[in-house]
Amino acid sequence: MTATTTRPTNRIGLTTQDYQGGTSTLCAGCGHNSITSQIIAACYDLSLDPATVLKMSGIGCSSKTPAYFLGKSFGFNTLHGRMPSVTTGAMIANRTMTAIGVSGDGDTGSIGFGQFKHMMRRNVPMVYIVENNGVYGLTKGQHSATADIGQHLKYAGTNVLPPIDICAEAIAADCGFVARSFSGDAKQVRELIKAAMSYEGTAVIDIISPCVTFNNEDDSSKSYAYGKDKEERIQDIQFIQSYEEVVVDYEPGSEQIVKLHDGPTIKLRKLNRDYDATDRWAAIKLLEECRQSNIFVTGLIHINESRPTLQQTMSLIDEPLAYQTEAQLRPSRAAFAAVMAEF
Amino acid sequence: MTSLDTVVSAPVIDPNTPVINDFTLVVATENGSGSQTANNTLIRAIFKMGVPVSGKNLFPSNISGLPTWYTIRVSHKGYAARREYSEILVAYNPRTSDEDLANLPAGGVCIHPADMKFTTPRSDVVYYPVPVKDFIKEIAPPQHLRDYITNMSYVGVVTQLFGISRVEIENALMHHFNGKRKAVDLNLRMVDMAIAHTVAHLPKQDPFRVEPLNKTAGKILIDGNTAAGIGALVGGVGVVAWYPITPSTSLVDAITEYAPKLRPAVDDRVNYAIIQAEDELAAAGIIVGAGWAGTRAMTATSGPGISLMNEFGGLAHFAEVPIVIWDIMRMGPSTGLPTRVSQGDILSAYYLGHGDSQHICLIPGDMTECFAYAGTAFDLAERFQTPVLVLSDLDLGMNNWMTEPFEYPEQPLDRGKVLDTGSFAQFLADHDNKWGRYRDVDNDGIGYRTIPGNQNPRAAWLARGTGHNEQGVYSERNDDWQRNMDRLTRKLDTARRHVPAPVIDARPGATVGIIGYGSTADAITEARDRLRAQGIETSSMRLRSLPLNDDVRTFMASYDQIYVVELNQDSQMLQLLCAHAPKDAAKLAPVNLCDGLPLTATFITQRINAHRTSVKQ
Repeated sequence: MTATTTRPTNRIGLTTQDYQGGTSTLCAGCGHNSITSQIIAACYDLSLDPATVLKMSGIGCSSKTPAYFLGKSFGFNTLHGRMPSVTTGAMIANRTMTAIGVSGDGDTGSIGFGQFKHMMRRNVPMVYIVENNGVYGLTKGQHSATADIGQHLKYAGTNVLPPIDICAEAIAADCGFVARSFSGDAKQVRELIKAAMSYEGTAVIDIISPCVTFNNEDDSSKSYAYGKDKEERIQDIQFIQSYEEVVVDYEPGSEQIVKLHDGPTIKLRKLNRDYDATDRWAAIKLLEECRQSNIFVTGLIHINESRPTLQQTMSLIDEPLAYQTEAQLRPSRAAFAAVMAEF
Repeated sequence: MTSLDTVVSAPVIDPNTPVINDFTLVVATENGSGSQTANNTLIRAIFKMGVPVSGKNLFPSNISGLPTWYTIRVSHKGYAARREYSEILVAYNPRTSDEDLANLPAGGVCIHPADMKFTTPRSDVVYYPVPVKDFIKEIAPPQHLRDYITNMSYVGVVTQLFGISRVEIENALMHHFNGKRKAVDLNLRMVDMAIAHTVAHLPKQDPFRVEPLNKTAGKILIDGNTAAGIGALVGGVGVVAWYPITPSTSLVDAITEYAPKLRPAVDDRVNYAIIQAEDELAAAGIIVGAGWAGTRAMTATSGPGISLMNEFGGLAHFAEVPIVIWDIMRMGPSTGLPTRVSQGDILSAYYLGHGDSQHICLIPGDMTECFAYAGTAFDLAERFQTPVLVLSDLDLGMNNWMTEPFEYPEQPLDRGKVLDTGSFAQFLADHDNKWGRYRDVDNDGIGYRTIPGNQNPRAAWLARGTGHNEQGVYSERNDDWQRNMDRLTRKLDTARRHVPAPVIDARPGATVGIIGYGSTADAITEARDRLRAQGIETSSMRLRSLPLNDDVRTFMASYDQIYVVELNQDSQMLQLLCAHAPKDAAKLAPVNLCDGLPLTATFITQRINAHRTSVKQ
């Protein structure tokens, strides 16, 4: 008997192979590669049509990764810190796309900080992943704006400035989907990406993703050892598709169910903390407590789907602006003549 | 207004020789005092009398309080350029009244509030005092309208003194207030009170008159930014991203104003987006994203914004993304003189980016081109898959110009080489099943583009600023890089043949050539008429785009001496001309000025005459 191995397919008949990209040129063991794998897995699980996805990035090690996933999707590797504005333009031009962007702590926390904040303020629909390793890799080892105070690096010396907390910044900007994870926590990363890709609006996931070359000493809060040792999940997260039978057999008090716009559900099973992710004030308190006590919490920190997206705010038509025909774009002769008659 | 101006000696005005439809009136007020309504009313009334007229606002970078001057030039010959002096002064700003009075030519006219005291009164000008305070007391307008109504007093006096039609004044106010009778009547009350006072108490002592002509029939008055805004809507704009900056803001304001009329919402939804970005970096990023995704995307900015768009200019050039950037040029460097005109961004716009990048630039020279180039810029951007910069300036953009009404475009939009799902399959069938985003299939340097939403699994590509091969795949190979750069050069050469050609007026017997561009066109025309009267025949070439083409070389080869007129210190276009036609570079002499004011014909003739004298010696 010959064993025929058939690759499993998802609901639209694609295999994981169909969501792969080129070969990674990042260092072996880089946390970013694990996240790339989980992006591929999440898109496969969600049965996303690659032709409907935009993959976006800025500049840096993290921003190289869109070349390594979803080879059949359009993408734009933009400028350092400018992924938010380019994505804003693309998502205005074609609101039917799903955008997933990969940035880093330098790209987001330093050069792109203004654009990051304004993207969230506008609520541009996109998944915004920060592959956060606290260090500049491509320029060989400078401290980034998320590095711990007192962090010592071989090349850059000791960091004397306090870190920027990406999640706290996102919550301050009224971002409606804010999560933190650890690249070593594959399942949580995957479930968060799936939930984020189903969320209407800007979804920020700050993923601690160790740099094995420049910032992986055990004492670094961005190292594998630290993450494995210190990660404290707020919840166990399960993303449930709208077509799956949801047996809402959750236990009140210990589980929280969050329904998203198009039908899917996020099930959050509470762990050590009695935490309500829909409470923005609780999120601010949690992040501040963790900052003061050096606790590395992961999970869905905040969710709120009530804000309109940018396209809704701008009253755009449902169809892509990019596909408007000449007849739709050019004013009528009568309207033009009426305007000319005003002068 | 500047030391340069005062060296120009104005002719002495003879009060007994009538001057009909050929004079300039300057209104001196404080910025923010609401004189724009009064000035526009006068201009429109004169224009509707059939008399060619133009208006230039010389204003400070300030919201209120600093002095501002508005010049209205009445010219039966249709000259619209600024003049060095004005024969008629409306001296409504006590802070500048002495200086303004001193600038009047002998025999000039000074209309002023009756209580205004001049420190050094002149005996060689005609005064018309206006009891403005008495008028205001009698009319007692609401406090917030007081300044506006006050200004209407000079409208009344000017109307009566110079023979402007009272009917056209009323029509102009009706136009300004969109037919709101109450507002019109309040303003008219002041106008009529001033007219009555003039009839009774201000006997005519000057020679200036406006008389009806038939030279404006069918024409309109408009500013270049409004023309461009309407043009962008007609040209199919999809996304506008911008950051406020003088003097470009009114271009986006025009799009916002006319979009509901030209591209009305359907079920309260619109097919365009106007987004005020957090800075010019983001504005550029948004249009790069929108252009890449397939819309017609544009921004409007000025010099400092152009600087911030530099990095995106390079990216869009190299990733080959269509975008349109309107640069309404103002005086730099840095903040410079933000409310004063300049043509100082020629080089920075042409080379916007890092490494090697030359961009298609369109340079409108009149209102028709401000309107038409808005659409042309999109066509060229999409045809050549590249940024197109439109270099207008403050004088064109913010001042009122007379023009033929704009024509509805008869050419369809040129969306360039875009393959959708269906045509992509056909393309593969026709090309050995091969497609690469940057393959030069047609040997014109332009590849075939796909945009997000294309369903063919092979249609997707990753746009990037990094080195790439013909497939759009990352590559640092020297041969890939050089091949790509050579193709971009080929693309620029193709563009050279498609951009608007220069407008050449070649005169028989001319040995002198004049090259200019943009808002200096009217001053050049007027200067050429004067030089001709002097016995110097000239030919002219008005550049309308970059890159420069062969017409330019031919023109440069045809004349012994060529003057390049421009409003910048470093003779920026002259530098490009030298590089373009080095053989004839020695013939070029700069006629350039960088003082913040619109160019005058006198400056050009003086410079040319001085140069000709120095060459002879």
